[in-house]
Amino acid sequence: MRYHCRMTRATKDNRKSLRKQLHQVLPKTCILETPEQTIPYESDGLTAYQQKPWMVVLPESIEQVQTIIRLCHKEGVPVVARGAGTGLSGGALPLANGLLLSLAKFNRILDINPANRSATVEPGVRNLAISEAVEKFNLYYAPDPSSQIACTIGGNVAENAGGVHCLKYGLTVHNILQLKIITIDGELITIGSQALDTPGYDLLALMTGSEGMLGIIVEVIVKLLPRPEQAQVILAAFDDVVKAGEAVGAIIAEGIIPAGLEMMDNPAICAAEDYAHAGYPVDAEAILLCELDGTNEEVTEQIQFVENLLTQKGATSLRTSQNTAERLKLWLGRKSAFPAVGRISPDYYCMDGTIPRHQLPFILQKISDLSKEYNLLVANVFHAGDGNLHPLILYDANIEGELERTEEFGGKILELCVKAGGTITGEHGVGKEKIDQMCVQFKSLELQIFHDIKHSFDPQELLNPGKAVPTLHRCAELGGMHVHDGLLPHPELERF
Amino acid sequence: MQTKIKHDFLQSEKGQLADKILRSCVHCGFCTATCPTYQILGDELDGPRGRIYLIKQMLEGHTVTKETLNHLDRCLTCRACETTCPSGVEYGHLLEIGRSEVEKRVKRSLLQKVLRKTLLLILPFPKRFAVLLQTGQLFRPVLPGILKKQIPAKTRLTKLSLKNHKTKMLILDGCAQPALAPEINHATRKVLDALDIELVSFSGCCGAINQHLSDEEKALVIIKNNIDRLIAEFDNDIEGIVMTASGCGAMFKEYPHLLRNDEHYKNKAEIIANKTFDLTEIINTEKLKNKLNVNKNLNIAVHTPCTLQHAQKLPLNIENILSSCGYQLSTIKDKHLCCGSAGTYSITQPELSAQLREQRLSGLMVGQPDMIATANIGCLHHMNAGSTVPVRHWVEIVAENLKP
Repeated sequence: MRYHCRMTRATKDNRKSLRKQLHQVLPKTCILETPEQTIPYESDGLTAYQQKPWMVVLPESIEQVQTIIRLCHKEGVPVVARGAGTGLSGGALPLANGLLLSLAKFNRILDINPANRSATVEPGVRNLAISEAVEKFNLYYAPDPSSQIACTIGGNVAENAGGVHCLKYGLTVHNILQLKIITIDGELITIGSQALDTPGYDLLALMTGSEGMLGIIVEVIVKLLPRPEQAQVILAAFDDVVKAGEAVGAIIAEGIIPAGLEMMDNPAICAAEDYAHAGYPVDAEAILLCELDGTNEEVTEQIQFVENLLTQKGATSLRTSQNTAERLKLWLGRKSAFPAVGRISPDYYCMDGTIPRHQLPFILQKISDLSKEYNLLVANVFHAGDGNLHPLILYDANIEGELERTEEFGGKILELCVKAGGTITGEHGVGKEKIDQMCVQFKSLELQIFHDIKHSFDPQELLNPGKAVPTLHRCAELGGMHVHDGLLPHPELERF
Repeated sequence: MQTKIKHDFLQSEKGQLADKILRSCVHCGFCTATCPTYQILGDELDGPRGRIYLIKQMLEGHTVTKETLNHLDRCLTCRACETTCPSGVEYGHLLEIGRSEVEKRVKRSLLQKVLRKTLLLILPFPKRFAVLLQTGQLFRPVLPGILKKQIPAKTRLTKLSLKNHKTKMLILDGCAQPALAPEINHATRKVLDALDIELVSFSGCCGAINQHLSDEEKALVIIKNNIDRLIAEFDNDIEGIVMTASGCGAMFKEYPHLLRNDEHYKNKAEIIANKTFDLTEIINTEKLKNKLNVNKNLNIAVHTPCTLQHAQKLPLNIENILSSCGYQLSTIKDKHLCCGSAGTYSITQPELSAQLREQRLSGLMVGQPDMIATANIGCLHHMNAGSTVPVRHWVEIVAENLKP
C-alpha cells in the first residue's frame, strides 16, 4: 500500500521546484533522494508499514529547518518529522509525495541547570543520554521508554512517551517545561516557560503527543529529578497469569505507588532472559517487577510490606535486588523485551492499549481466546501498574496473509480495551497504526475538535498529514465494516 | 523483518545465512544508539539498522551504486551493535556477506583500488612492514610532526633470561606488531614466565587484514596455512595459543565460522578456536598479584578494544585483572565506543577515524588518567598518535612492576 498525502495540492512541478531550492540551501550530504538512499527510511520501529519517502533531508541548524519548512509551505509539499525512528505506531512513516525531515543531527545537550533542575536539549538527543549527562549532579530525567537507549527526546515529546517509571513520575507531558517549535510558516515560537506554570492555554500539553502534526520541535527544556536515595526491585514469579494480575491490583489498592510495576508472561520472560541473563525464572507463567524508591527507611519498610503481600497473593518465588547493578540487570530484561522477542519470532506487532487495572484478568483471558482464534502466538509485556498493555502478536511477514490476520487481531484487542473502559494507546501514539481505532474511541464531534485544532496550526495540512486523527469520512467508511451491538458508529454521517 | 531475497542467491549457503540474520532483525533501532558512526553522522545509512537495510535491498535485487559501498565501507566492524542488539542479530556475519556481494556489483575508484592493494601487499607481511617502518624511523627526526606521530621511535629491548616451564603455549607474533611494538610480546614473556608459562613464537598474520579488505580468497589461504601449522604444533605438548593483540584473537576465534563450509578444515578450525586465548584469559590474578610491586600512584584509564569486548565478549577482563592486582582505575565515559583504528580503517577513512579518536580520547580522559591501557596494537598505535598521555598495552605496565 502506498501512503500518499491526498490533501496536498502539490504537483510534480512543485516538488521539482522545491528540490532545486533545497539543493541551493543544504549541503549535498544532507539530501538523500535516490531509492538506494531513501528506502532504508521507509519504516520506523513499526515495520508492518513501509513507504519510501520522496526525499529525506538531514538539516544541521534551526535556520536550515526554518528554510526547509518555509519552502515546503510555499510549494505545498507535506513534511514528516523523524527522530531516531524507534516509534511503534508508524508516527514517522514517510509519504510517497512528501519530505522526510530527520532531526537526528540535532544531538547536543545545550545546557544543564542543576539549580533549576532542568536541561536544555536539542530534539535528537537520546533519552538515556540526558540522564547520563546529569548523573554527576545526582539528577535524572524520569520518563524511561523501553527504547530509551536509542529513542530521542523530540520523538518522546511528539508521542508523549511513557515508560516503566511513569506510574509514579508521569509521562513526558509531566516532565517538560518548555519547547521551541517551528510553525508551518517557518516561524520559531517558544511555548511553556522555565517556570512551572504559564498563563494562557496550556499549549505545552497540547503540543506533547501531537505527533508532529502541529509544528516541528527544535528544542526541549526537560525537568530533572534528584536520584532517590534508595531503589530496589522485587522480582515475583507466579504460576498463573491471572494471579499476577490480581497481585497488581492488590499492591495499588494498599496505597503504595511503586516507581515501576511491570508484568511479563512466559514467552516474554524466556525471550528477555535469553538476551539479558537477568535471572528471570523461565518456568514461571508470569513475573512481576515492582520497584520501590525513596529514602532508605521508606524503601526498607515498603519492600517488606510488598514482599508479604505478593506471597499472600500466591507468588511462587521472590527475589529482591541487593544493589544497583542487580536492579539495572532486572530492568534490562524488561526494557529489551520487545526486540528480544525477535529471538523467537521473525516479526511482532506491538499493541499499546490501556485498561482500568481491575479489568486485567478479563482482558488477559480474552487475548488468550483471540490468540487461539487467530492461531497467532502472543507474548505479553505490561506496564501493569498503570494498566498499559503491550501484547506482542508474533507473526512471520514472509508468510502471505499473516500480517493482515495480525492487524485484524490487534484491532480486536484495542476495541476490547475501549469496551473495558480503557483507551487504544497508552504511550506509543496513534500514528498510522491505530488511526482506524480512533473512530471507535471518539465520536465525530470530538474528532472535529481535533481537526479544528490541527487547522489553526496547519490549515493546509502539510505537517505529518494522515496520522493520529482520522477524517470523518474514513470513520464513516470504516463504520460500515464494524457493526457493534447492531449499531453503526457515527450514524449521523452520510455513507459513501 | 520481511525479506524477499532473490531466488538464486537464496539457494546458496550465504543466501540462507543472510536471510536468517535479516529475519532476526526487528528494526527496533537500539543499535543506532551505540554505533560510533551513527552517533557522529546522524544518518540512518551510517548506522547498523540502515546498513542492514542497504544489504537487504541489494540481496533483494535493487540497484546498488557507490552509495551502498561507501556506507558499508564506513562501518568499523566494531560490533558494538551486536552487544546492544536484544534480538541477537549477527550483524558482523551479515556485513561480511554484504561487503563481498557489493564488491561484485560496484567498481571501486582507481585510487581506492591502489590504496587497498598496497595495504594488502605490505601489512600482512611482517618483513615488508618492518623494512618500511625502519625507513620511516631513519628519517623520523626530520619528518613533520604529523607524520612523526605515526611512526614510533625505535625501541631497544633488554635481553630476557627466562626459565623453562612445563606449561608451554604459543604466542602469535602478528604482522605489524613485531616492528611497531616489539615490547608488548617481550613484556608478555616476562609476565608469563613469572606465572610459570613458557612461550614459543608462532609467526604470521591472522588473516584479518585480507578478510576486512574483502580479499577473502587470500584470507582463506593464510588461515588454512595457520591451521595446518598450528595443528602440527599442538601435537607437541602445547596447551594453546596466546594473543596479545585482541584483533588477531577475535580473528582466530572466527575461523570456524569462516570455514563452516569446508569439510576438511571445519573441525580443525574448531580445535584452533577453542585453544585460542586472549592474554587476559590465561592470567592467574591471585598468583600475579603476589609477584607485583604495584605502582599505586598511577591512575589508569582502560580502553577495552572492540575486538575484546564486542567480538570476543570479554568486556571486563582488563579492568578485572588490573583492579584485582591493586591498580587504581580511572573513570571513563562511553566504554563501548571504538577508537577509530579498526584494522585499516584509520588509513581508508582518515577523517572519520580521527573524529572517532578524538571522541574516544575525550571519554577516556574524563578521570584525568596518567596513562591509557589497552590490549590491541591497532588501538594503541592509533590513539598514541592523538593522545596527550601515553597509551600502552596493559601487560607492559604489569611487566614493569614485577618484583625483581
